[in-house]
Amino acid sequence: MSNPIKLKGEKFLWEMVIGLEVHAQIKCKSKLFSGAACDFGAEPNSLVSFVDAAMPGMLPVINKEAVNQAIKTGHALNAKINEISVFDRKNYFYPDLPQGYQISQFKSPIVGEGWIDISLEDGSSKRVEIERLHLEQDAGKSTHDQDPNLSFIDLNRSGIPLMEIVSKPDMRDWKEAGAYLRKLRSIVRYIDTCDGNMDEGSLRCDANVSVRTEGDVLGTRCELKNLNSVKFMMKAIEFEANRQIEVLEGGEKVEQETRLYDPNKNETRSMRSKEDAHDYRYFPDPDLLPLHVDLQRINRLKKELPELPDKKKARFEKEYNLSSYDAGVLTADIQHANFFEKVVVGRNVKFTANWIITNFFGMLNDLGKSIDESPVDSEQLGELLDLIQDGIISGRTAKDVFEEMFTKGGNARQIVESKGLKQISNTDELEKMVKDVIDENNKQVEQYRSGNEKLLGWFVGQVMKKTGGTANPKIVNEVILRLLKN
Amino acid sequence: MGKLSDLGVEEVINGLSNKSFSAKELVQAYIDKILEDKILNAFVRVNPEKSLKNAELSDDRRKRNKVLPLDGVPIAVKDIFCTKNEETNASSKILENFVPQYESTVTRKLLESGGIIIGKTSMDEFAMGSSNETSNNGVVLNPWSKGEKKLVPGGSSGGSAAAVSARLCSAALGTDTGGSIRQPASFCGVVGLKPTYGRCSRWGIIAFASSLDQAGPIARSVRDAAIILEQISGFDTMDSTSVDKKVPNLLTACSQSIKEKTIGIPGEYQISGLSDDVRNIWKQGIEWLKSAGANIIDISLPHTPYALPAYYIVAPAEASANLARYDGIKYGFRANNITSLDDLYSKTRSEGFGAEVKRRILIGTYVLSAGYYDAYYLKAQKVRTKIVQDFNIAFEKCDAILTPTTPAGAFEIGEKSHNPVEMYLNDIFTVPASLAGLPAISLPSGLDNNKRPLGLQLIGRPFDEESILSVASVLEDSANFRSMEIEQGIVS
Repeated sequence: MSNPIKLKGEKFLWEMVIGLEVHAQIKCKSKLFSGAACDFGAEPNSLVSFVDAAMPGMLPVINKEAVNQAIKTGHALNAKINEISVFDRKNYFYPDLPQGYQISQFKSPIVGEGWIDISLEDGSSKRVEIERLHLEQDAGKSTHDQDPNLSFIDLNRSGIPLMEIVSKPDMRDWKEAGAYLRKLRSIVRYIDTCDGNMDEGSLRCDANVSVRTEGDVLGTRCELKNLNSVKFMMKAIEFEANRQIEVLEGGEKVEQETRLYDPNKNETRSMRSKEDAHDYRYFPDPDLLPLHVDLQRINRLKKELPELPDKKKARFEKEYNLSSYDAGVLTADIQHANFFEKVVVGRNVKFTANWIITNFFGMLNDLGKSIDESPVDSEQLGELLDLIQDGIISGRTAKDVFEEMFTKGGNARQIVESKGLKQISNTDELEKMVKDVIDENNKQVEQYRSGNEKLLGWFVGQVMKKTGGTANPKIVNEVILRLLKN
Repeated sequence: MGKLSDLGVEEVINGLSNKSFSAKELVQAYIDKILEDKILNAFVRVNPEKSLKNAELSDDRRKRNKVLPLDGVPIAVKDIFCTKNEETNASSKILENFVPQYESTVTRKLLESGGIIIGKTSMDEFAMGSSNETSNNGVVLNPWSKGEKKLVPGGSSGGSAAAVSARLCSAALGTDTGGSIRQPASFCGVVGLKPTYGRCSRWGIIAFASSLDQAGPIARSVRDAAIILEQISGFDTMDSTSVDKKVPNLLTACSQSIKEKTIGIPGEYQISGLSDDVRNIWKQGIEWLKSAGANIIDISLPHTPYALPAYYIVAPAEASANLARYDGIKYGFRANNITSLDDLYSKTRSEGFGAEVKRRILIGTYVLSAGYYDAYYLKAQKVRTKIVQDFNIAFEKCDAILTPTTPAGAFEIGEKSHNPVEMYLNDIFTVPASLAGLPAISLPSGLDNNKRPLGLQLIGRPFDEESILSVASVLEDSANFRSMEIEQGIVS
């Protein structure tokens, strides 16, 4: 069972109640209601149709691909898919919202209630329920810091399909919130409905946070915005919960409001209060008929789902006999899991898993690279692992070779050959070297033979020095032991 | 044969095909007539060079025997249709200098069938009005005005109706949201046909109320209206609310017998404000249909009294969102001396929209607001469902419904412009068919005491334009409105 963090105030012990609203840009060729392309980083205002710019008389036409992606995501969240859903207009004025309203789904979303299981640090898991998933269009992008007098609008993002995924207020601390967001990201990447990139804003998250003393009714919540990474989201929740506790213990009330997180100062600041909240005047968009998806289509999309993280993890544990932890690390990201499964074919599982988790992921992490930016592919890594397994290079040497492959490129075998890193495993050759060492160091031999067995390591060191580290340490050990006995 | 400009669509098609005249001669005749009748102010823009060029191209096609269905027919287009590379303002200051880079589906179909756009016609601003007085381009004169009595042409397609009535085009395109084709057609003594919602694409038509807006023809005769509608109809993947239904041969429908038809007369349209003249014309219409062998029955449309209030909630609600895009940011008018973003919005929209448009945006915003939504918008939608049910029940017993188009004939300019509710009452008979999305036609049937035209309306089942066209043709023959036009000097 999970054991969430409780916060100690001056007077009481407090628990947190957290719900997340995640906006995920749908991976899709074109926009939700127009034929313009969805691409990140294109020339500003180069991917804008007449519809996206809200030219007079233009009409939205639903993109079936985006609907399919939302249904797939719904299935992956174990959720109910609604055969009929309705698009509504959410009315507000802003220059990057050309229509003056956002087309969204308010009363009848395409996906209803569902759930996902999250894994916690102590190895336990917890179920977080999903309230709904609905489709909506993204707004354009405003830039206010390019010119003292002008604001710039880029409509490339205008109309890009979004899934808003709303959780129930089921999380009890920032770690659970972090685990939920990571799991959600993992799922959408598995099913390829969102690239889950928080830096580029293709995955965005708002957090609703309130606190209460244990067992009390729900407290007043604040909505936190500008949470641009999992780390910042967790920090923002921690700050906000402590702020609310301070307010409540000071005898005041928490105001229901939207607060902006400032990652530089690690604090949240009031953005707008409930009184200033917009009245969005939602009503069904008369340009669009209710969206019907038939059961056949819903079921077909369910069948098309790939193996999801939970299933894959369970399979890894069973099929590869991996620990729950290792299986969890390897399956957290679909590409990581695929990489492992490519490398492991015909190789020792435990050894491969360890190497990938410790050295390969470690290197990616150190260099801040994603797996598709890795200069070493699965075949290249496999070749390196084979060299270790076949005793051609030592594990120590392998790490240097790997670093070279990663930073300068090249294949393991080439690097080993060209640098002469091949491990000497030839017993005859090694025997000769060990004999030389014994002959040259009579004093140490005597000491060893009179009982100072610690000197064994020193002898090994001498042999390694002679071979420039390429001697097979296991064989060297054996040979020294044998020859010193005589 | 009289003047070239006196010819309607069917006569033009025949004349061109007999080589009695060329498209160029015809277009020139209309251009001259438009200049001659400039006082009517029916057009906001004409492009004689372009129209003549297109006429030459049409004549050329004819020489090569590549004739299109509407080849060479000069048609006026309401300024609510976006026309590629031609300024389009919806008679609003907020869209001043706006030049669309695209052609609306309906006008594209018109052009692709060989029609020649002779000019863009004036309208009530954003199609909000029943008298054409809310236009940013000044009032349009009803050609039936006499002496000091300057009559409104009706609205919102007032320019189109006036242009057809005054013979400034062979036919015209309008749009109808709550009566904007039928009411001005009735006021100007011409035929106005609002098709079934979904029959014509709304793509490229500047939106007023999306769930109600429909394009349709205004013409001199029922047959002319049928010819035009057939060309502009059809499913459009770009409009999610257009319906994928085969377009029938509408001209054939015009000559079908109505002997087997049952016509319903709704008791609820006998309202207290109905003028005697209108009452008499309605009775006369019933008699004409009886003599043509139709079966006449009384029907009930019990929710009719709630149609007008429901309409004046639903339409403004949709408009309040549809018009949010006119914010001074992207195109059209932007106010000067701006100090902030809010200032930009409020100055631009205060100066750019006229009073009636602002009134409806305010009403629409109000009825959608938190706390009022259920009482107004939701209730109005429920009324709308009831009205649809009323018609469904009625159409189990009849094939078409006959009513007056308006409670009275055209009024004078300025007579009602200060009383919005009185103005809205003009739409009382046209709004129910709009709310139910049904096809409806208004045809000139007689004159009132002041010698102003009066129209009768026929409402049909969804996508059964054929029935109302066949019944309307019978009424048209019986009414012989042409003789009244000649008698009143509208046409020589």
